[in-house]
Amino acid sequence: MSMTFYNARLIEPGTGFDGLGGIRVAEGCVLESGPHLGTKPANGVGVDCAGLALLPGLVDMRVQLGEPGREHREDFASASRAALKGGVTRMVMLPNCLPVIDTPTMVAAIAERARRGGLVHIHCYGAATKELAGWEMVEIGLMREAGALGFTDAERGIADAAVMRRLLSYGRVHDALILQYPEEPALAEGGAMNAGTLATRLGLPGTPAYAEAMLIERDLHFIRASGCRYHAGPLSSAAALAVIRRAKAEGLPVSCDTAPPYFILTEEAVGAYRTFAKLKPPLRAESDRAAIRDAILDGTIDCIASNHTPVDPESKRVPFIQAEAGIVGLETLLGLSLTVAKDDPARLMAVLRALTCNPARVLGLDAGRLVPGAPADFILVDMEARMHVDSSGFASKSRNSPFDGQIMRGRVAATYIAGERKDDSETQ
Amino acid sequence: MRHLLDIESLSRETIEDLLGAAATFVTPPPDGGALREKLKGRLVINLFFENSTRTRASFEIAAKRLGADVVNITSEASSIKKGETLLDMAATLNAMRPDALILRHPDAGAPQLLAQKMGCAVINAGDGAHEHPTQALLDALTIRRHRGGLPGLRIALCGDIAHSRVARSNIQLLVKMGASVRAVAPPTLMPAGIDALGVAQFFTMEEGIRDCHVVMMLRLQRERMQGAYVPSLREYYHFYGLDSAKLAHAAPDALVLHPGPMNRGIEIDGAVADDIAHSRIEEQVAMGVAVRMACLEWAAR
Repeated sequence: MSMTFYNARLIEPGTGFDGLGGIRVAEGCVLESGPHLGTKPANGVGVDCAGLALLPGLVDMRVQLGEPGREHREDFASASRAALKGGVTRMVMLPNCLPVIDTPTMVAAIAERARRGGLVHIHCYGAATKELAGWEMVEIGLMREAGALGFTDAERGIADAAVMRRLLSYGRVHDALILQYPEEPALAEGGAMNAGTLATRLGLPGTPAYAEAMLIERDLHFIRASGCRYHAGPLSSAAALAVIRRAKAEGLPVSCDTAPPYFILTEEAVGAYRTFAKLKPPLRAESDRAAIRDAILDGTIDCIASNHTPVDPESKRVPFIQAEAGIVGLETLLGLSLTVAKDDPARLMAVLRALTCNPARVLGLDAGRLVPGAPADFILVDMEARMHVDSSGFASKSRNSPFDGQIMRGRVAATYIAGERKDDSETQ
Repeated sequence: MRHLLDIESLSRETIEDLLGAAATFVTPPPDGGALREKLKGRLVINLFFENSTRTRASFEIAAKRLGADVVNITSEASSIKKGETLLDMAATLNAMRPDALILRHPDAGAPQLLAQKMGCAVINAGDGAHEHPTQALLDALTIRRHRGGLPGLRIALCGDIAHSRVARSNIQLLVKMGASVRAVAPPTLMPAGIDALGVAQFFTMEEGIRDCHVVMMLRLQRERMQGAYVPSLREYYHFYGLDSAKLAHAAPDALVLHPGPMNRGIEIDGAVADDIAHSRIEEQVAMGVAVRMACLEWAAR
C-alpha cells in the first residue's frame, strides 16, 4: 500500500532538483520521486502538499540531549519533540553525557534508549578517549560495530599529538570517522570569549581564533600519513577555513561543520556579559562570520549542525566567566540557516545540502535523500513564511537561545518519519 | 537611584559632575553636620568577595561621613561559601531594602548581573579584570588638582595592563576626557586589541613614559610573577619597575600614581614611591573618600 505526496515543490538537494513534483512512499521507504508525481495520482489517493516545499528531513550531526545524566535539561522525548518541530528527523549526540559513551555497552544502551524514547532517529558518537580524558584510546572497532558513527572527545580538543596520531592510524583500519573539536586547549584555557578588543574591554579572558586553525593544521600531518577520515567542527573562524580548503585541495579525507550562531552572530552579541551568547567555540569577529557564511555557500563547509546544547538557567544566570557555554538549536536550525539562502536558488541548494545529504554522506548514513530506497524521512516547509524566534514556545526543556526575536525563514508544516507524520498527534 | 557599574557607560558630563562634587568633599567642614544629613538613615551594604582594606574602608568612611548606616559583608562570612548563588544572595539582600550596595567581586560583569536583581543603587568596587570606576575617578581628581584639567595631558599606564581593572577604568575615563593615554607593558601583560580603545602601546618604559605628565603604575599580582607572564621579579623590575632613572624620561614635574597596595621593589622603587616631588600616592587615598562620597550621593539621589 503506497502513498503519494503530490503537488509539492520537491527539493532534492542530492540531485539539485527543485520544482513541482512529489514522492511515493511505501513501508517507510521512498519508492519514487520526481516531477511526474506533481499532480494528483490517477487513483485519487494521496496527500495534496498544496505547493509546500517537500524536502528530506534534516540530519543534525551535533547535538547534546541531556539524557542520560542531565534529564532536567533535556531528554530524548523532549529533544525529539524539539527536533520534529524543527524538521530534524535524525540527530547524532555527542558522547559527553553522564556516563560518557566510551564503551560498546554504552553505545548499545543509547541505541536501545533511542528506540524506546525517541520519536526521531537518534544516533551517537563514541568518545575518542576513555572518559574524554585525552589519553587512552577507546575500543574503536567494537564501538563501531555497536553503532557509534564516529569518535570524538566532544567539546574537548584532542590535544596530545601522539594520541591523535594513534587514533587516526588505528581508526583507519575500522574506517572510523575521527571528529576533532578544533581548539588548542592550552590557548583556550580559561577563555570565556573571542580574544580581542571586546574581551579586553569587558575584562574577560579571550581565546584567539588561531587556536582553532592550528589544531587542524597539525592533524593534517596525521591524516596524510594514515588516510583516516577526519571531521572538524564546529568551525568559527576564517583561519580554520583556509586550512580546510588546503586539505581538501590536496584530496585529504577531511570534512567540517559549523552551526547557525557562527554565520549569524558575532562576538558583539556578548554585549554586556550576555551569557546566552557564550559558546564553545566562542562567537568571533564580523570577518569570521562572513567567511563562515561564504564557506557554506561554496561548499568548503560540508555540514550545518544545530550544536544543540541545553543549559539550565542556574548555569547561565551567573557571572559570565562561570556560565556554561552553549545554546539550544534544534528548533531554529532550519529557519536560521535559510536566512543565508535568501531567494537565490544556488544558495538555497548549498544550505540544504549542508543540512541533509552532506552530513549523511560524512556519517555514512542512508539518509538525507529522497531517492528510491531511501528512508521516507521528509518534511513539508512553507518557504515563504517569516517567523521570529520565540524561546518561550520551545518544545525543548531548555531555553538558552540568544536568538529571541531574530527573524527566521520558512516554517516546518509537517515532519514525516518512515512515511508517518510525527509532528502532530504523537507530540501534542 | 542610579547604578555606577563602569566608566564606559558614563558621559563626559557625568564624570565632570562627579569630579566637581568630589572636589567639594575634599575638605569636609569641621563638624560635618550638614554632610551627615545627606544620606541620613540610608542603608549602605558593602559586599566584598575579595580581600580589600583601602577600598572597603574608603567606602565605609565615605558613607558614614554622609550619615548613612553601613553594613559590611565579606566573602569569608557570607553564604556564598555555603553554595548560595550570587543572584539568590542579591534577592536576600534586596529584601533588607538597602539604598546602595557596594560590590567587589572576582568575576567581570558581576555588578551588572547583580544590578538586574537589586532595587537599589549598585556601585562597582572592582569586578575581575573589568573595571574599578571609583579608582579611575579618584585618580582623575588627583591629577586635576595638580594639573588643572585632563585634556592634552600625556598619561602612561604601566605594568600589568592585561589583568588590571584599574587600567581599564582609567583608559575609559582618560580617553573620554581628552587625555593622551599610553599603555606600557611587556607583551605578555598587554591585552589584545587595546589600541582600539584609543591607547598607544609601548613595550619599553623609557619610550612609554617619555615626556609624560603622569606615570601611573599598576600592581603586579603575585601569581603572575613567576615564569608564566614575566620570567622573574628581578627581570621585571629591571625593565618595568619605576625607578628614578626611568622616571627621568618623563616630564620634569611628572606625577607618580599607584592604586595600591604597592609592591616596593617590583613595580616601583620605594624611593620613587616616597619622593614628595613626584609621588601623589597618599593623596590618592585621601581623594578616594571624597570621590566615593560623591558617587554615593549621586547613586542614591
